[in-house]
Parts: sequence; structure tokens; C-alpha cells
Amino acid sequence: MSLTEKIFQRKLGRVPSPGEVVEVVPDIVGFHDLTGHHVVEVLEKMGGDMRFNPESIVVSFDHLAPPPDKKAAEVQVYTRGFVRKVSIRNFYDVGSVDWGILHQVILEKYALPGQIVFGADSHTNTAGAVGAFAQGLGATDIAALLKLGRTWLVVPSPMRMRILGNPPPTITGKDVALDILGHFGVDGLNGYSVEAYVESPTFDVEHRATVSNMSTEMGADAFMFVPDRATYDYVKLMRGVDAPRVEPEPNAKYVDEYDIELPRLEPLVAAPYTPDNVKAVTEVEGTEVDMVFIGSCTNGRLSDLEAAARIVKGRRARARCIVIPASHRVFQEALRLGYVETFTSAGCVVTYGTCGPCLGGHFGIPGPGEVVVSTSNRNFRGRMGHVDAKIYLSNPYVAAASIVEGKIVDPRHLL
Amino acid sequence: MSLVVRGKALVYGDKIDTDVIIPAKYLVYTDPKVLGEHAMEGIDPEFPKKASQGVVLVAGKAFGIGSSREQAAIALKGAGVRAVIAESFARIFYRNAINVGLPVLQVGGIRDAVAEGDELEVSVEEGEVRNLTRGTTIRVNPLRGLPLEILKKGGLLEYVRGV
Repeated sequence: MSLTEKIFQRKLGRVPSPGEVVEVVPDIVGFHDLTGHHVVEVLEKMGGDMRFNPESIVVSFDHLAPPPDKKAAEVQVYTRGFVRKVSIRNFYDVGSVDWGILHQVILEKYALPGQIVFGADSHTNTAGAVGAFAQGLGATDIAALLKLGRTWLVVPSPMRMRILGNPPPTITGKDVALDILGHFGVDGLNGYSVEAYVESPTFDVEHRATVSNMSTEMGADAFMFVPDRATYDYVKLMRGVDAPRVEPEPNAKYVDEYDIELPRLEPLVAAPYTPDNVKAVTEVEGTEVDMVFIGSCTNGRLSDLEAAARIVKGRRARARCIVIPASHRVFQEALRLGYVETFTSAGCVVTYGTCGPCLGGHFGIPGPGEVVVSTSNRNFRGRMGHVDAKIYLSNPYVAAASIVEGKIVDPRHLL
Repeated sequence: MSLVVRGKALVYGDKIDTDVIIPAKYLVYTDPKVLGEHAMEGIDPEFPKKASQGVVLVAGKAFGIGSSREQAAIALKGAGVRAVIAESFARIFYRNAINVGLPVLQVGGIRDAVAEGDELEVSVEEGEVRNLTRGTTIRVNPLRGLPLEILKKGGLLEYVRGV
């Protein structure tokens, strides 16, 4: 059995066929401020009662947090009221202990191998990094799930990917994600549940989280990393508990396969205006850069900050630079390790726990004609708040190199 | 609700993403009228005016890629879109459209069979797109099962109220 089949067998007591519509009770459901108010509004129109266990709900305010305007503050007051009314304990408000971007909070504190996770956000699939089957849904779907205690989905076809060899310097999970996007395109993994097998332990859960996260951009139904030593070590390190061992069987059957050899990869970027417009960094070298954003649920983890700090250390920013660790935990580690000082000394602005400019919400919206290098997940027209800004997506090494050079350069020259 | 809709075709390309359908700054709103005024703002500021008489939106591959924002489907519906026909859809957008009562139909090659302004009649239940301007009909797999039941009720909210 594949990991996908095992997960559905655990839920249904049988193995369903790909294409079948099944109903499941998820292990975790999440939402944030910008979808939360919509979920709550629809749930109240449905009668307001809730069969889903509030203990299994995770809420974090991350998109427009702290609120940049009146309307954002209003929807947070509304959602906070609901959280209190139904006694959701797993609630992460601005500045609360372990506050962070929802997907990062779920990864750090909740998701486990073999679980099913749904969230009112397309990047909920980030939890696939530890071998959970995770999908984003719209607000009404999540409201109905909370009311009825279950939801439906179309069973996807399992596909195998193998990530082979050791990552060379400056190659990260982002380059793997972009390689897959370049190969399959933005709808290439529609209907697939990818099960990724990793050969090298250095391609750890943080690299994996970036790939699972961007499987939204690939159209994948789910993107799970097959749990291994790195997975169990990560859960133990973050939460002090032993994760359940849920792994595919050696005879697992897959409808399709794709291999990525890490030693053959070079740093990649996605040029405007789609995440599958993938080029080698060398193809766009010299492009003048106005602003760089390092952060988001895609690349706001400690190893991302470490990567960027290695390049920025001792240099001065030549582009506007915003760095946002994905959670309070990441921020504190970055403080302890000196990365925050490295960034601020170079002239970067640092905050934490928010999606910030990724979706054009606040904290650094680019202007007309400006070029942005961002470690986030989307470069659609208008994504960061202005339709005439051009966004290049990259890994944190390329982003950091752009900070110190003021243009896109190959980061391998700067290490 | 009736699952047969009529309207003039508005034709767009591949990979129409949720950021151009409705930018994130409007996600603090859920009102179809407010959202409809900004539908497709990222690629066609004239869209709300064009759609106001009731239209069928025709697009290429991967329509609705990107975010889970249900406001993308609500904005289109609020602007006057009566159905979306595309070569393919992003999974979440497709679900959201059905959940807010916006008929969607996947039709391979649709952009070769329809020109901007053609009068279309779409039946998702029969899996038919009738181009009344050209006098042609395209048949595809109809919508079935739970998605069809939800759409017949007018959306998931109405469906759940009736469970």
C-alpha cells in the first residue's frame, strides 16, 4: 500500500479507488484571520452549531496581523469572538506564545505522519512535509466541515517522486519545488497525491516543507514526504514526542514517477507572472532589484534565515529588504544565532509571524514598475499589491544575493 | 436553481489566477456586490461593466489557480457571471464555485469553439454548451453526484441547511 492508501484505509476501514468520492473526518482543521471571518460568517448562517471537535481546530492570525487597517481589525474582533465562544484553545493571536503563520504553527506543533489536515488556505498542504495528507479548502467547505464534523474529497492517484543525492551548496527545497513546477507546470499534478522519498538526510523537514507548500502551485491534491528518520527527529525536537510510524509498504504501486537528482540542480527562479515560468538564475542575472522579501510559509523557517544570513553577513543592503521569520519560535532562534543582527546591520527591516507582503497585505507593498525578489510562493500579476510590480520567486540564497548586489546574481559567487 | 444558463461569452486565456480574479485586499469582504465591482481587476478593469448584463466566462487551462479564497467565485458571480467554462480548473476554485452556486464545466477545446460575444447556453447537468450564434453544440461529461446536488440547491450553505 502507498502512504495515501494507508491514510485512507485508516479513516475508512478500506482502501478506496482513485477518483472515488469519500467522506472523511480530519484530524486537524485550521483557518486564519483572512479566511476565518468568512468561515465563521457562513457557519453562523448554517445555524452556528458545530459537530467538529474544537480541540482539533487550530487558528492563527497571520495574514493581516497585526491589523494594518480598520477593516482588518474588525474581522479579527469578529473571529476572536467566535474563538472565545466555542473555546478554541489552539488559538494564536498576535504576540501570543508560539504565534506564527498558520501553516508553520501546524507544522511545528500539530501535524503528524498519517493524519488528514484541512485548512481554509491553499497552502495547508505544507503539513505534507511530515507525511500528513493536507489540503486547502474554501471558507464554505470549512464551515460545513465544522458543522457536520466531516467533509468530502475525490481520492487522488498516488505518484512517486524520488529526491536523490545530496543538495549542493545554495540548492534548497525551493529549487526542487521550482524544478517540479518547470517540469509539470501549474496544473501538472492535478489529481495526484505525491509521495516523495528522500535519499539524503540533509534534505530535512524544512526543505520538504517548502516543496509541500508549493505543491499548491503545481495543482497537486496533496504532496507528502514519506516519513523517515528526519521526520521522526523533527517531531521529537519540536514537541518532545515520538511520532507514529506511518510509512508506505515496499510493494506500494504508483501511477506515475519522477526523479530529481539534487547534485544536478542549479539555483532556479520563477520569473513574472506565473510560478511555472522557471529559469536558471544565470538566465536572469543582472536584473535590477528594488525590493527583496525573505519570509512566508514557503521560506520563513530557520534554515532559510541561516542561508540568507550567510550571504548578507558583513555586507550592506543595496535593495530594500524585508525579513519575516514565519513564527515567534523561528524569530527567537534567529535572534539567538545572530541572524537578526546580521539582517538589521545590513539595513533590513525585520518583524515576525505575519505573511506580510507575500499577498500584498501590508509591510512592504512594491510600487509600479518595481522588481521584487521574493522567497514566497506566487508571482502572479498584482500578487504583492501592485499590478505593475514584477516578482521573481527564488530560494533564500538568491534572494540574499539580490539584497547585497541590488540585482539578481548567482549566489554561488558570494559564499 | 435552474442549471441551464444563457449569456454572451467573455473569453480569457490560460492560467487566470485568483490574484487577478480578486486581489487580496478585498478578502476582508464577503458581499457579492462589493466583490463583483472588483472582479478580474488585475487583468481587465472593464470586466464588471462587461459582465453586468449576465455573461458566460470562457477560459483556457488552469482557471482559478492560486488561493483558496472563495471570494474569487463570489466576485465573478457578483459581477454577473452565470457560468464558467474552461479547459481545466484548479481544484479549490472548482469546489468553491459549486459551493457558492456558480455553475462550472470543464470543456476541452472550448476556446476554439467560442468567440467573444457569442451567445451561449450552458447546461452542466446535460454536459452541453450550445453556441447559439454559430448553431453548434459541444458535449462533455456532465456534472454528477454530490457537486451536482450542491449546485441544484444553489450552493453548499443551502445544501447543508437542508441536510
